[in-house]
Amino acid sequence: MPNLFALLAGLLFGVGLILSGMTDPAKVTAFLDVAGAWDPSLAFVMGGALLVALPAFYVARRRGTTLDGAPLQLPTARHLDRPLIAGSVMFGAGWGLAGYCPGPALASLSMPDGAPWLFVAAMLMGMALYEARQWWRGR
Amino acid sequence: MTIDWLHFTPWTSLAGGLLIGAAAALLILLNGRIAGISGILGGLLRAPRTDRRWRLAFLGGLLLAAPLWRGIAPLPAMHPVAGDAALVLAGLLVGFGTRLGAGCTSGHGVCGLARLSPRSLAATVTFMLAGAVTVFVLRHLVGG
Repeated sequence: MPNLFALLAGLLFGVGLILSGMTDPAKVTAFLDVAGAWDPSLAFVMGGALLVALPAFYVARRRGTTLDGAPLQLPTARHLDRPLIAGSVMFGAGWGLAGYCPGPALASLSMPDGAPWLFVAAMLMGMALYEARQWWRGR
Repeated sequence: MTIDWLHFTPWTSLAGGLLIGAAAALLILLNGRIAGISGILGGLLRAPRTDRRWRLAFLGGLLLAAPLWRGIAPLPAMHPVAGDAALVLAGLLVGFGTRLGAGCTSGHGVCGLARLSPRSLAATVTFMLAGAVTVFVLRHLVGG
């Protein structure tokens, strides 16, 4: 069952990304271009998502388990540190450069026109480089 | 600042956001997992074999959305803003950066804010600012 739920969640997430306009890089960069002709639409995406996610996370955290009693797997890190900020700066720079964040880039792969294969391949390479760095530091 | 009213889509963006929030709600309430795309994808590179199936199922669902949409209505147009070299650089930055920073727009921006995490708030403000600065430099300084 958990895999079926995950499939449904992924599907719902993907439809939401397409409907919201997040899969159009021009729309994303127009949202980030506050000094130009600013398109505030994507603020409504995050607002809408939080409207539903906030109560759901409140319930999940109060229960401490999923609806059928399995443990929650939440991040444990608490402090603001340099990797968090440096990583977020790198991510933001890449996001502004191409207009793709990970979800919309993946959801766009199955679109016939202009699928961002090059971006996704480089993104996987970047993730693999991070794993290599962790391995190197942990030796 | 001027608002681009021509391309402003508050209702479809809000509706899309509600669906994204519903997906995150489904995953935390039924699977106990955070719907952070970079974490779900990056976890495939290191997660134990038993933890891979739900990740692949979620990503499969994400990939199924566009073909399903196309069976009902035409997909909205996409307008690329970057050439090949910029796409590669951006992909490397997004891949490495989201793993180093432990999340992206979905993990920090939706799920992290929804669980009131100060770390996610700091990350979200940081990547929004970095994205805005990047677009400003490209459009208004370099692109002129």
